[in-house]
Amino acid sequence: MSGVSAGSRVASQARWEARLLLRNGEQLLLTFLIPVGLLLGLSLTSLMSDAYGDDRTPQALATVLTVSVISAAFTSLAIATGFERRSGALRFLGTTPLSRAELLGGKALATLGVTVLSSAAVLLTAVALGWRPTPAATWIAPLLLLGTAAFAAWGLALAGALRAEAVLAVANGLFLVLILFGGVIVPAASLPGPLASLAPWLPSGALAEALTAAVVDGAAPPTTAIAVLGAWLAVGAAVSARTFRWS
Amino acid sequence: MPAPAVRVRDLVVRYGSRSAVAGLTFEAQAGEVTALVGPNGAGKTSTVETCVGLRSAASGSVEILGIRQPAEGGVAGALRSNVGVMLQDGGLYPTARPLELARHIASLYADPDDPERLLAALGVDPGTRTTIRRLSGGEQQRVKCALALVGRPRLVFLDEPTAGLDTSGRRAVHDLIAGLRAGGTSVVLTTHLMDDVERLADHVVVISRGRDVSRGSVADLVGDDDTIAFSGPVNADLRDLVGVLPDGCRIEEDRPGRYRVSAAADPMILSAIAAWCAQHGVRTSGLTVGRRSLEDVVLELTEGQE
Repeated sequence: MSGVSAGSRVASQARWEARLLLRNGEQLLLTFLIPVGLLLGLSLTSLMSDAYGDDRTPQALATVLTVSVISAAFTSLAIATGFERRSGALRFLGTTPLSRAELLGGKALATLGVTVLSSAAVLLTAVALGWRPTPAATWIAPLLLLGTAAFAAWGLALAGALRAEAVLAVANGLFLVLILFGGVIVPAASLPGPLASLAPWLPSGALAEALTAAVVDGAAPPTTAIAVLGAWLAVGAAVSARTFRWS
Repeated sequence: MPAPAVRVRDLVVRYGSRSAVAGLTFEAQAGEVTALVGPNGAGKTSTVETCVGLRSAASGSVEILGIRQPAEGGVAGALRSNVGVMLQDGGLYPTARPLELARHIASLYADPDDPERLLAALGVDPGTRTTIRRLSGGEQQRVKCALALVGRPRLVFLDEPTAGLDTSGRRAVHDLIAGLRAGGTSVVLTTHLMDDVERLADHVVVISRGRDVSRGSVADLVGDDDTIAFSGPVNADLRDLVGVLPDGCRIEEDRPGRYRVSAAADPMILSAIAAWCAQHGVRTSGLTVGRRSLEDVVLELTEGQE
């Protein structure tokens, strides 16, 4: 077939997904206002001073970046995709030249774009609060990329396999589990015994650990954390490619 | 003759233990308009969805533009750019506006039609800021039709394209389909409106309970002969009348109080009926001479299956 290449269909679908995402008011709230508000809250109030130490902003920044990646790439993406399946929008797309892999790629790419924008807003807010990046901060972008890809893969796997209402419930439930048991808000070390040892193996725990190293400690993230995220990405992509259905 | 655009052989589609399509066979010739007609639940939509790869066939085969569809569902990528689909169920992004959605879908095809022109031809204002969710059912229907056609497909499946449309909407769809046919596009449509079929279809496939029960042109199905029909009391005693008609000529009560003579119309029969009506005080207002309606024919073909 001549004509439109797979790459340009993916790009076109990504633009379309981003356009719908950024139009949705609720989504904008989740993507921009809540992360920025959370950063201000955690950093300016003494809510977390025991866990975060004297200079709360770096740890608050690592936490908020992690939470907003999970919220955008996992919860929001899964729910939106679940409802697109229910409305039949995806069934129709399934009859166009767009392939399943191209749809999933377009969605992941759009989510990445939105994550870049929301992370930029959060980072600028942190700078305004007095945070100064160290050379290790160059790790932030690749970590956000890896984290977004891993969570998007699982968000799409979930949306492709369950009914829309079930996706809504499960995505929200798992969001809480990932945040709490991953040691995202409360550091893993403060979790009760067995949970503390589970946290580094969860994708949320690995992302939080890696971002904390880069943002708070000014160090390269631990290889294990990157490997854990990579493994979740590989398995999630394989699962979503297998289970995703158009209708 | 070139290869048919669609060739369906002994197709069976199951939902659990129920067979929605139970051994359907038909062909849609390239460049023609083929109408699939039959009552609700006859299996028309399941057939269309299987042809476009959204359902898998339990058995039988489907060939689209000469390419055999994989049994497990799904459509070859090369085929997707040549086949347009209007689904009965879903297909629209509720929060999008018609033109931006049509433009996006157009961007997935190599040589798309102009989305603006297409929407306008279907009576949808391309400049509207209204989201699809807030459009009326008929307007949404028109947008779906535009999306099916925007990729300039060689073959298009339209599942009830005129359902819920007002007169001008139906006309717009008719004109568009006539235009597609003139341009050589093959069209397979399903409908409950015999007006659509009579105006558009080169070939009609009558489906009942998942099987093809008859097929042919509208003229083939309706027959060439004029027949006589008249109205009278329900369950009327017609022995006097049948007695004076030529041998072998029967009178059937198609619907309660509606009678049809089984022979070709001729003045002798007509006068016998008029005489009978005069004797029995039956008004002749319902007396008609002409072809049977396609609706009657389809009803008879599909009710016979019950």
